[in-house]
Amino acid sequence: MSGRVLVGVKRVIDYAVKIRVKPDNSGVVTDGVKHSMNPFCEIAVEEAVKLKEKKFIKEVVAVSCGPQQAQETIRTALAMGADRGIHVEVTGKDYDTLGPLQVSKIFAALAKKEDAQLLILGKQAIDDDCNQTGQMTAALLDWPQGTFASEVSLEGDKIKVVREIDGGLETIKINTPAVLTADLRLNTPRYATLPNIMKKKIAQVKPADLGVDITSRLEVLRVDEPPQRLAGVTVETVDDLVAKLKESGTI
Amino acid sequence: MALRGALWRLLLDPHRRAVVSACRAQGTAAAARCDNEKVASKSKTQKVQFNWRDGLDLEGLLTEEEIMIRDSFRTYCQEKLMPRILMANRNEVFDREIVSEMGEMGVLGPTIKGYGCAGTSYVAYGLIAREVESVDSGYRSVMSVQSSLVMHPINAYGTEEQKQKYLPKLARGEILGCFGLTEPNHGSDPSGMETRAKYNPSSRTYSVTGSKTWITNSPVADVAVVWAKCDDGKVRGFILERGMKGLTTPKIEGKFSLRASATGMIVMDEVEVPEENLLPNVSGLAGPFGCLNNARYGIAWGALGAAEFCFHAARQYTLDRIQFGVPLARNQLMQKKMADMLTEITIGLQACVQLGRLIDAKRAAPEMISMLKRNSCGKALDIARQARDMLGGNGISDEYHIIRHVMNLEAVNTYEGTHDIHALILGRAITGLQSFTVGK
Repeated sequence: MSGRVLVGVKRVIDYAVKIRVKPDNSGVVTDGVKHSMNPFCEIAVEEAVKLKEKKFIKEVVAVSCGPQQAQETIRTALAMGADRGIHVEVTGKDYDTLGPLQVSKIFAALAKKEDAQLLILGKQAIDDDCNQTGQMTAALLDWPQGTFASEVSLEGDKIKVVREIDGGLETIKINTPAVLTADLRLNTPRYATLPNIMKKKIAQVKPADLGVDITSRLEVLRVDEPPQRLAGVTVETVDDLVAKLKESGTI
Repeated sequence: MALRGALWRLLLDPHRRAVVSACRAQGTAAAARCDNEKVASKSKTQKVQFNWRDGLDLEGLLTEEEIMIRDSFRTYCQEKLMPRILMANRNEVFDREIVSEMGEMGVLGPTIKGYGCAGTSYVAYGLIAREVESVDSGYRSVMSVQSSLVMHPINAYGTEEQKQKYLPKLARGEILGCFGLTEPNHGSDPSGMETRAKYNPSSRTYSVTGSKTWITNSPVADVAVVWAKCDDGKVRGFILERGMKGLTTPKIEGKFSLRASATGMIVMDEVEVPEENLLPNVSGLAGPFGCLNNARYGIAWGALGAAEFCFHAARQYTLDRIQFGVPLARNQLMQKKMADMLTEITIGLQACVQLGRLIDAKRAAPEMISMLKRNSCGKALDIARQARDMLGGNGISDEYHIIRHVMNLEAVNTYEGTHDIHALILGRAITGLQSFTVGK
């Protein structure tokens, strides 16, 4: 096994920012808005670096798809301990329509090219909440997948994954190479250290170089804010409440 | 960082709370209006929005690396240091673990190249100091002493063996250092120091006797860089280690400033220091002054970090507090005070960036550093006091943090060269006439 782990990291609008919809309802405002690494991607990077520290794997490669600014996100991953980065350049209209299907095709191609033993992603991105990229990539590669991982341990050439599912926790054992997606309780990401921040090993690649077609099959029709919450009405008695509910046709 | 941390941070962090409530306050209607205006003015040139958090676009003068360093360290300071400081200050407790934590992050001795240090620019060092002092000046003092007053002299004046022996451990925060120059009877006039180092040729050691006071870290330090007068009348630096016979470090109690950092004395009674522990590559006061200038530069940035915290806190408080039916911030007296704060902080930081770039280019003179240390500390103390006043009664409670900065900045204004002493340094440079002593 190559001992190489690929970690996908996504640059998203920072969780603390108040999102505003563009006046033409085509999307959300991203210009001049604070961006940072998707929190679940941070957890994924942390897990990869931990595996390297425990000597289960030899190299952590951070990958991000997007315009020039995606390099900031890769740099954060390097600062957390990744060894090198790959920036897949996707700009302009292509970037606007870039979604899980295209990204998973890119990751699948890279995983083969880099001879990766493991691909770790965040379970979902906080901007689109798709929760699809990990699963799609595994399907394209025909690799097993351990999604919503809250605990990962390597046992020889197999991986034991404890998954957070609706009913509780599920433990599975899968072969490598595999795709894992990180859930919230997998670990607590470390702070970037200064010496690591000064590392600068990012390679540039284009989707065409990987033989990937990134045309989107989806078209965004409209983006709207959630409806404004209207003021409530106070009523004096339970009877009044029932009467009002009947009036509005709710009951 | 992790989502679970987010809520906790939002609750505890006054900075973030400010951002969140400001965002919440904006509302959809205001946002829509704002966007319409932007769409309308697209045909004309983009209007530059004034950012009161960064009045003269300091951000644009930083490299990407410096921004990353600052942001990463800011997250650590807000998440790990801010929650500790209230009790640490109230109960006068020094959390030794912060030194190890800072070591892990690589922020100790950051400008040193090699020996496990990061090798960043001086501007990055300044940004680091600003972030940590915005939490507490005591914590920044600990960081400054370790970086500029212990690691720097060993790096600049020490032998290769000394560097290999001490620097990596100091960088990791495994050992803590302190700097012994000031004496009970000699503060502003270090040249009059009474600590003596007598050379014994038979044992190849120096016998060091004397006492130093107001030494940050000394009660818990593992090593001390002590400056003493040798037989030839010249001042030289020695590395003393805890455990050496005759060396004690009593703690100074009852401090009302920098309570979160341990301060004490270094008392030496014929301490036998092996000659390998002498810093051979400097003699005279140029040695300690070189270190002090290094630290003073960090303080110039740091003091403004404390001032920024006070300014932002006062702004948020006056926006939230309603008196006579309107927020306090609606009042002219409040706005004038905030305008003054904004101006001094913005201008001060611009000067600090320029100074950092000059130091990196090796084109900086010590008087430049004196000028900015003096300016930053004086202005920051004033800003902190004004901010305290704006908070009224609540301003004297440590829960609101400003009073702690007021207390701390009294010491910061005084140490590393008092406000007045730096004025004399500049006066000498301006006129060519020294006014330190009564002689000619």
